[in-house]
Amino acid sequence: MKFKDYYAVMGLARDATQDQIKQAYRKLARKYHPDVSKEADAEQRFKDVGEAYAVLQDPEKRAAYDQLGSGPKSGEDFRPPPDWGTGFEFGGGAAGADMGGDSDFFEALFGQRGRSGARGNRQAAPADHHARVLVDLEASLQGATRSFGLRVPELDAQGHLVTVERQLNVKIPKGIRAGQQIRLAGQGFSAPGQSGAGDLYLEIAFQPHPLYRVDGSDLYLDLPVAPWEAALGASVPVPTPGGAVQLKIPAGSRGGTTLRLKGRGIPASTPGDLYAVLGIALPAADTEAAKSLYAQMAAALPFNPRASLGV
Amino acid sequence: MNSKLPTEVSGFLYTSETLLTLDEFSRVCAVERRQIIELVEEGVLVPVGSRMEEWRLPGDGLRRAQAAVRLQRDLGVNLAGVALALDLMDELEHLRSLLGTHPFGRGRRMP
Repeated sequence: MKFKDYYAVMGLARDATQDQIKQAYRKLARKYHPDVSKEADAEQRFKDVGEAYAVLQDPEKRAAYDQLGSGPKSGEDFRPPPDWGTGFEFGGGAAGADMGGDSDFFEALFGQRGRSGARGNRQAAPADHHARVLVDLEASLQGATRSFGLRVPELDAQGHLVTVERQLNVKIPKGIRAGQQIRLAGQGFSAPGQSGAGDLYLEIAFQPHPLYRVDGSDLYLDLPVAPWEAALGASVPVPTPGGAVQLKIPAGSRGGTTLRLKGRGIPASTPGDLYAVLGIALPAADTEAAKSLYAQMAAALPFNPRASLGV
Repeated sequence: MNSKLPTEVSGFLYTSETLLTLDEFSRVCAVERRQIIELVEEGVLVPVGSRMEEWRLPGDGLRRAQAAVRLQRDLGVNLAGVALALDLMDELEHLRSLLGTHPFGRGRRMP
């Protein structure tokens, strides 16, 4: 088991006041809240902060934790002293985040009941389970089966709560959008005293796609065009989820011009649209011929790209 | 206990066209009825139907309800603050998907 420096997790000195602890928690919780943050490790950071706060905001737990001293460094191997925690009451009452999944370190010190859980252990009815999963956009465009490794809590033979990885192959319905939920009946997990398993709900999020950005059921594509295609108009090939199509670029188009390809977004009863956003790609002036053409334009075209800046 | 063999399972998809009663909605997102009613009163969730017994809540509000409850619980935000945060986050998400579309916006993707 690794020692956890809860003060370091929250960026606090060991003599921080309770007010400072609360302020630091609020700030970090906003920063790493999984619903708000786009940081890759937000969920883990949020759990770490919540766990640290659950200990430090509670004067009893904090005093007990402080007893361990500042000896061990974070990540060092650690065993709690045998007489540890005697004389302290950990009745719960932690107001911190309750995302479940406290670290081994936390549980060794405060037990699984160290937190007053708002969730879980509440009813004998089968527990529903929620998980967020990442899928590729293609799964939604075509419909597909995808495999997920879900970490779910289960009771082992000795009755300890352990986390096991469960592999699940799930049919992703065509046209699914980010944020939508799939209910898998009977695929939740069960615990003793419960009749059967609850349902598993998967919330879908998309992995970044190399071509398209997703907004609801609409897709956005950056479409590079040559200066003459934008200026004179052209018909150019455009990749779409259903295969390449020819798109007419109107004469006089500018960078940032957005062209809509109706119904070529994520399929649905009302399919989304595909938006092609034009970007002017400049040919490199790396040959004499190319340089000479640029020079001719410079000489022949009365063009001030900075006219709108007043210079 | 469920089989751990990777057999293929298919589920039920909740979309904006899935209309749920208050009780169904509450069960699916594991948010209490009372909290859902508060979210409707604050305008965070918009049901079809005027009287509470007739409410039908669209399935695309499930994630919103869960996020609202998590934000309230974890950040100590009140209901009005949650409503504001969710609206701003929707807008942020929309803007993020537009980001990079303008050649001067992020300077990437353009060859």
